[in-house]
Amino acid sequence: DREGEKRLNGWEALGSRDPRSRGTAMEHISQEVMQRVESIGPIPATVPSPVATAGHPTSDLNDILARLLMLSKRCPFDDVRERCVWLLQNVQDFGVRIPRPLGNGPSRFIPEKEILQVSKVDPRTQSIFEDAFAALGRLDNISLVMGFHPQYLESFLRTQHYLLQMDGPLSLHYRHYIGIMAAARHQCSYLVNLHVNDFLQVGGDSKWLNGLDGAPQKLQALGELNKILAHRPWLLTKAHIEHLLKAEEHSWSLAELIHAVVLLTHYHSLASFTFGCGITPEIHSDGGHTFRPPSLSQYCVCDIANGNGHGHLEERRGNHQVSEVSGEVEVLMERMKQLQECRDEEEASQEEMATRFEREKTESMLVATAEDEECVPSRDVSRHFEDPSYGYKDFSRRGEHVPTFRVQDYSWEDHGYSLVNRLYPDVGQLLDEKFQMAYNLTYNTMAMHKDVDTTMLRRAIWNYIHCMFGIRYDDYDYGEINQLLDRSFKVYIKTMVCSPEKTTKRMYESFWRQFQHSEKVHVNLLLMEARMQAELLYALRAITRYMT
Amino acid sequence: MEKMSRVTTALGGSAISGRTMFCHLDAPANAISVCRDATQVVVAGRNIFKIYGLEEEQFVEKLNLRVGRKPSLNFSCADVMWHQMEENLLATAATNGAVVTWNLGKPSRNKQDQLFTEHKRTVNKVCFHPTEVYMLLSGSQDGYMKCFDLRKKESVSTFSGQSESVRDVQFSMKDYFTFAASFENGNVQLWDIRRPDRYERMFTAHTGPVFCCDWHPDDRGWLATGGRDKMVKVWDMTTNRAKEIYCVQTIASVARVKWRPERKWHLATCSMMVDHNIYVWDVRRPFIPFATFEEHKDVTTGIVWRHQHDPYFLLSGSKDSTLYQHMFKDASRPVDRANPEGLCFGLFGDLAFAAKESLISGDSNRKPYLGGDRRYPIFFFKKPDLTEQFAHVSSALSVFESSLESKRMDWFVKTALLYLLGGKPFAELCDHNAKVAKELNRPQVSTTWTMLRLMFSDPANLSTPGPNNISKLGNLPLMNSFSMKEMGTESRLDRSKGESRQDNIHLEPGNSLINSNNDENEETEGSEGQAEYMFGDAELDDDDLYSMEHEIQAVEEQEYTLPQEAFPLRHEIMDNPSVPEHLQQDKADSPHASGNEAEVMCLTPIESLSLIAISQPLFSPHLPSRFFCPVVREMLSHYAEQGDVQMAVSVLIVLGDRIRKEIDDLTQEHWYMSYIDLLQRFELWNVSNEVIKLSTCSAITCLNQTSTTLHVNCSNCKRPMSNRGWICDRCHQCASVCAVCHHVVKGLFVWCQGCSHGGHLEHVMNWLKSNSHCPAGCGHLCEYT
Repeated sequence: DREGEKRLNGWEALGSRDPRSRGTAMEHISQEVMQRVESIGPIPATVPSPVATAGHPTSDLNDILARLLMLSKRCPFDDVRERCVWLLQNVQDFGVRIPRPLGNGPSRFIPEKEILQVSKVDPRTQSIFEDAFAALGRLDNISLVMGFHPQYLESFLRTQHYLLQMDGPLSLHYRHYIGIMAAARHQCSYLVNLHVNDFLQVGGDSKWLNGLDGAPQKLQALGELNKILAHRPWLLTKAHIEHLLKAEEHSWSLAELIHAVVLLTHYHSLASFTFGCGITPEIHSDGGHTFRPPSLSQYCVCDIANGNGHGHLEERRGNHQVSEVSGEVEVLMERMKQLQECRDEEEASQEEMATRFEREKTESMLVATAEDEECVPSRDVSRHFEDPSYGYKDFSRRGEHVPTFRVQDYSWEDHGYSLVNRLYPDVGQLLDEKFQMAYNLTYNTMAMHKDVDTTMLRRAIWNYIHCMFGIRYDDYDYGEINQLLDRSFKVYIKTMVCSPEKTTKRMYESFWRQFQHSEKVHVNLLLMEARMQAELLYALRAITRYMT
Repeated sequence: MEKMSRVTTALGGSAISGRTMFCHLDAPANAISVCRDATQVVVAGRNIFKIYGLEEEQFVEKLNLRVGRKPSLNFSCADVMWHQMEENLLATAATNGAVVTWNLGKPSRNKQDQLFTEHKRTVNKVCFHPTEVYMLLSGSQDGYMKCFDLRKKESVSTFSGQSESVRDVQFSMKDYFTFAASFENGNVQLWDIRRPDRYERMFTAHTGPVFCCDWHPDDRGWLATGGRDKMVKVWDMTTNRAKEIYCVQTIASVARVKWRPERKWHLATCSMMVDHNIYVWDVRRPFIPFATFEEHKDVTTGIVWRHQHDPYFLLSGSKDSTLYQHMFKDASRPVDRANPEGLCFGLFGDLAFAAKESLISGDSNRKPYLGGDRRYPIFFFKKPDLTEQFAHVSSALSVFESSLESKRMDWFVKTALLYLLGGKPFAELCDHNAKVAKELNRPQVSTTWTMLRLMFSDPANLSTPGPNNISKLGNLPLMNSFSMKEMGTESRLDRSKGESRQDNIHLEPGNSLINSNNDENEETEGSEGQAEYMFGDAELDDDDLYSMEHEIQAVEEQEYTLPQEAFPLRHEIMDNPSVPEHLQQDKADSPHASGNEAEVMCLTPIESLSLIAISQPLFSPHLPSRFFCPVVREMLSHYAEQGDVQMAVSVLIVLGDRIRKEIDDLTQEHWYMSYIDLLQRFELWNVSNEVIKLSTCSAITCLNQTSTTLHVNCSNCKRPMSNRGWICDRCHQCASVCAVCHHVVKGLFVWCQGCSHGGHLEHVMNWLKSNSHCPAGCGHLCEYT
């Protein structure tokens, strides 16, 4: 155990900004690794797969090697990256099989070459990456993809860091466990794996991971809130809150509850982002790497699946598509212009406005999300929540009515912020900045066009998502949504927000085909934040009602 | 025109009367406004838009403006204002961005007059010009403020807030052309109504949104703002830069702020979240509300003073669907429930205490304060107008000057320095300390020491209390019995006893030193070496060891003789606390032996060896010292609680095991820590170290054993040397070579902090006796102290 601890410390020191201590830590690690490698000796070629021999010293070694592989690709410090590559090469020279990354880059949807390379980023992003790496000892794929929008990434990481690691009413392992619960609700194994590791690292009891039954009753009580928040937040009432706060020895304090609510909503929406951008498993976790040598057949399969192998074919097809849909952007821009101009003239009656909202809301229910058969959640993830069948489609098919929530009566800026900041100081501020950052982020570009005011489009997306949750802005004409968001885009939004696990690469590709990947990620950020705010509004309103 | 006649009577002045009353609304209110003559109030909300008449005893619904089959969103009001010049004119701001005016003079049921749909987002605020009939201003979420001329169908000018949402707009009461606007980003802007191109001035008033602002009705330059940051600020706008002159910190975000008529310093606030009360503040006394109205059950959304020249009526609407008229005389006054007591320490330990006079008046032996009439601090005299100010509280201020001695804590320092905690027989220690306390004029402490001696000394000693134990005869039989028991425990003890019978105390230290050198050679060396020297791993079979051992011995001799001058007590404590824990554990394994040993020391001169050595009360029938333990325990607690932790710890040390078991370890540790902390604050390092060494708490003694590890890097490859101190694992070079003899130093290594050269201690010492330069030839002038 002590040895393991030492190794762990070694990993942590790699995040230091001081190159010398990084060097020392790297030195430690390489000694450790070489020692193990020497003790094992060259692995006979007949052993089919070293991964299979769990419990054996090799599996331990394999973990380290996988980690080195991750570092060689993802560490923001070049010295560490170089040393890792060198060390892996050394290990291989010893005759030990080394892993190679599976898949292509952090996202299944976005070709790796489009995503920022850790080695080639501007100083600002570099500094953000370094901070993130120092805080967590890793630079996860989510951050890499968000790296398209460094301003936002900074705000996102600051908030997440505060929620998970800084002062707060909940203990560290509780925080990670709540993250697991929330991510598991959407069967997001990526986030679950990430936080299972963190949970164990901060001293969490591994028994809890067998399922919610193994966790303390206090956390079990949170399951209901988790379920409702994730799928039908409008059903949340003050009775739910009361139930949590008045449970005798298992009761939550208001501050704890706010912390938990913020965590739940954060991870629900982050799960949306993860699926929406097709985030791949971390290199060092299961499914992120393989020890198998690349064979011809496998090569084809995996690379085709990742859309990179037959670049020419793909590209040609892409070009074809582009010519087919060219003008999509122009049409959209034209519509925006029209809306801008004729708004004053064409005055829709109030009844008409109300109907438009209702129509949009009802329609959004009916937008088909799953285009294929139901996917049964893998057992591994589903054990972290109860009632796995409970989901969005349950009621949308039944045509259940979503009541209207008037944002003018309970808004984030006026009400939500004050409540959060009162009970969990500074978090209101952080969230406020993050929401504003996401809402106001623009580069004034649309695909290849520059100097475009995209406010209208962003507002339409934001309000459409809130509309799906029944949140209505009195001052918004929901007719605009129909003009600006086409069907495939609506399907994507709907899927991503309501049942993110069903997002497919085809959906991602079929909307806004001419837009850049960075713009699609931008859309994802909007979706994620809008969803989080919608959930938060419902939760906070219930808490406010409980308090008054 | 019954209405008109009413107006004239009301304008006549203070014709208003009424009581605290309320009525139920059908729906939550968002805003309220009164007409100029204070007879009617309009309530607006998402689902309500009604006019109520204010009668003597009740609210009477006069008119429902929300008409039509299916009321449109234009009726969903965020704000409402009744024109203060034109009796029939109302304006509302709708959540869908519409600005609507209403004419009550219209004969039809629908009183809607004009509809402006120029704003793209929710309109947060509408405001009529105070004197101009047709001028209406609006502020919206879309970042624009618009000025409407009600004779035209559209706005006459638009003011841009650079896409920052406008939360409030207010025409100045006195400057015809000026209005203020507050923004979501914390800014406040001042505009000239004639110049829509650019604001006159802008300043940041709050962090986060500024929800509201209000011009002072009388003072032209004052603007009050309230924000999400829970503050109300009053700004003086007459100067070049807006100056914050008052600031009130509330407990929740401030939704509305309204100056109180006829009261220059008063303003009313209500909150948007969490807090349902309405507060009236005197801005000069920002720490406690002047008055509070606590009627509402949900957040208050609108407040308005009923008449612009009457300070006694406040109307409020709330989310709880009620409309209230509050009478000022019915308000609760938090100041009545507050405790106007203050307590403060001065720089030199003086204590000032202010309290209601009634509480202190009974105390007769106070002297008037030299600096004036202390009983009426100036603050309370300064009230300009007493009609409705804060309750007049006259407080008495008492200043307790600490006497010179207690101020300086001289007694503490002197006591700490003079007390003897060990090194002499128990009785002597007590007598000494009693004397010290007496000389410092602390009779109670002095007496305590004397009593302690009486309680815990044995009867034999009692007969001849004094520094010297002459009557050894009485002790001898006891001693024999003890030595019987402790046969074969530690040879050292035997020897010391044997000697002690004939010799006097002063031989003892030497003996104990030799003993400890022989018996616990390694431990002693180890602990000492780590503390001050780098001590390599001495392998016994090493060639160099022989000479090195001599070195060590020599060093230790010095170690023990040198400090003797500085620390007279060092010898006594030498053989216990400085020895690492395992030795003590050894002793603990044989409680009888060690206990007896200690007792022997207590009775005979040998005890000078170690008073804090583990001891146990003698179970002799004629020594009922156990009997006193509860008393002593209480006494110690008493002293500690009185703040004299010094006494508690000193007694604890001197009594040693006589009392130790009676007090739980945590308390002891707590006392020790407090005392050590105090000592260190007074820079009494020696005393504090002595206390640490003498303490029997393991948590305390280990304080001296922390930070005693030295990490060294190899002088060749600069990497840390983990295993051995003299040879590097990596570069296989001998790292620490003596600069004099060029051999590897495996024992004590001394080096110069200036040039980092060094070598065998002895060699370096010898070298520096005859040379002043570094033996390595680096030219540094090394110094050995």
